[in-house]
Amino acid sequence: MTAVAEPSAREPAGRRLAGFLWRRPRLQVGLLLAGPLGWLVIAYLGSLAVLFVAAFWRLDPFSGEVVKEYGIQNFQTLVENDVYRRIVVRTVLIAAAVTVTDVLLAFPIAFYMAKVASRRTRALLVVAVLMPLWSSYLVKVYAWRIILQENGILNWALDPLGISGPGFGDVATWLVFSYLWLPYMILPLYAGLERIPDSLLDASGDLGGRPGHTFRRVILPMALPAMLAGSIFTFSLTLGDYITPQLVSSTQFIGNVVYANVGVANNLPLAAAFATVPVVIMVVYLLVARRLGAFESL
Amino acid sequence: MYLTPATRRLLRAGTALTLAFIYVPLVVIAIYAFNPRRTLGWPTGGVTLEWFDRAFHNPGVRDALWTSVRAATGATAIALVLGSLAAIAVARHRFFGRDTISFLVVLPIALPGIVTGMALNATFREVLSPFGVGLGLFTVIVGHATFCVVVIYNNAVARLRRTGTSLEEASSDLGADTWQTFRRVTLPAMTSALVAGGLLAFALSFDEVIVTTFTAGSQQTLPIWILTNLSRPNQLPIVNVVGVLVIALSMIPVYLAHRLTAGGQSGPAATPPLAE
Repeated sequence: MTAVAEPSAREPAGRRLAGFLWRRPRLQVGLLLAGPLGWLVIAYLGSLAVLFVAAFWRLDPFSGEVVKEYGIQNFQTLVENDVYRRIVVRTVLIAAAVTVTDVLLAFPIAFYMAKVASRRTRALLVVAVLMPLWSSYLVKVYAWRIILQENGILNWALDPLGISGPGFGDVATWLVFSYLWLPYMILPLYAGLERIPDSLLDASGDLGGRPGHTFRRVILPMALPAMLAGSIFTFSLTLGDYITPQLVSSTQFIGNVVYANVGVANNLPLAAAFATVPVVIMVVYLLVARRLGAFESL
Repeated sequence: MYLTPATRRLLRAGTALTLAFIYVPLVVIAIYAFNPRRTLGWPTGGVTLEWFDRAFHNPGVRDALWTSVRAATGATAIALVLGSLAAIAVARHRFFGRDTISFLVVLPIALPGIVTGMALNATFREVLSPFGVGLGLFTVIVGHATFCVVVIYNNAVARLRRTGTSLEEASSDLGADTWQTFRRVTLPAMTSALVAGGLLAFALSFDEVIVTTFTAGSQQTLPIWILTNLSRPNQLPIVNVVGVLVIALSMIPVYLAHRLTAGGQSGPAATPPLAE
């Protein structure tokens, strides 16, 4: 074996260290985890903690400086201010609409991939759905901006029918979000449908269940956790986005307010307080999803 | 399973419709990259390669591309080390809090990007700026590495679980020490999973906008360059070309990563980051 031919000068030390570690599995785990945990806990969780603390600071209205005294005035502003409440409601409603749209669009292709397509077609379709999932988010939004603009391709295609496209606004935002997150719904749904044994569907048919009946009583309940798993993406991604609304509408979403307060207004405390809203919504959503068994489908 | 011909036709139509919905915008942007006109009206007026030439010689685009490549390389390198260490610890050892690790690794990508971006931004400003470290390439790499760890970790853990420990045990029985076993048995078994994960991490970092806007300062990555130039009408033809370039550059690694891992039974590597 080549191992014998290793330079023998540093081998004893290396071997001694190896033996030393072998006898101390806890130390081994410690050394393995020191880097990743150090990074994620210090750089990431530490940052989240800073953000959370910053939510209780305030901005001096005259000097524009952040005052590091603690109080809940930012949260009061959020609850009492009409505009902020409306923005939260709008964001959550669009996120919900996007989720429903993506379920409807994803179901046929996911079912086709899982139960109808041949092995070859299935592999092709998986790649066809995967590649756009990872390809540039910004370019995709920009493509929609070109499509939806006044003299764009959509209005050109609809013109002979005497109608025109939605233009920029909430409808455009809904459409573009649905487009962006669709692959995130298709893939878990496909995996979930593939796990339903064919024999169950056949059994339902043999027992007299018509296709519609089988769909409602067998497929839908069994695919529900997978749909919820996909909806975690569609929901979370919509709640945290600020670039799409900025590019295809002039309305504000949670992300826009946060971004404007960090950048233009330089009001980090208020931005931090508002950023806790999507986090709280997502935590509640994740807890509900876990109760309904979505985590096994992730 | 049995489906009526009508149902089959409906499913096929639905599949075709969804695929068209996914790909039409990408095709549209590709057509615009060859548009000889400066305006974005449809239909475009013919075919030209002029803008590819201009984009290629545009110093802003070149700088941004170089910054993006450096950021993605740095973030991928860090993520490869951190992700595989965590994966080996989780897949090969038992310890208190093991289940928490997966959760912790997933968190940076499961929380809305704006939260991650702001949190890092606040920390960099509070903690790093007293030491004279401003926002720039370094902070971009730190931010990207944080959410890239999960892709490497997921791929490596899946591979380690699938290969099992019997080969490693055989190696120690034959007298190899920990390092030799790692170098000659564990690492070769992980390589293709790590390459696939690395490609995905690179693609993820190369495309990222939201966290980057909070951590880049005055540095421009390619997506940031696109975002800034969207509001400059005379730059739009070049933006179209850069857009096509970015789509191609991010699809190729994903395709390769999928090919690298598709041979195994336990699912593709490039499933969404949360999907383990």
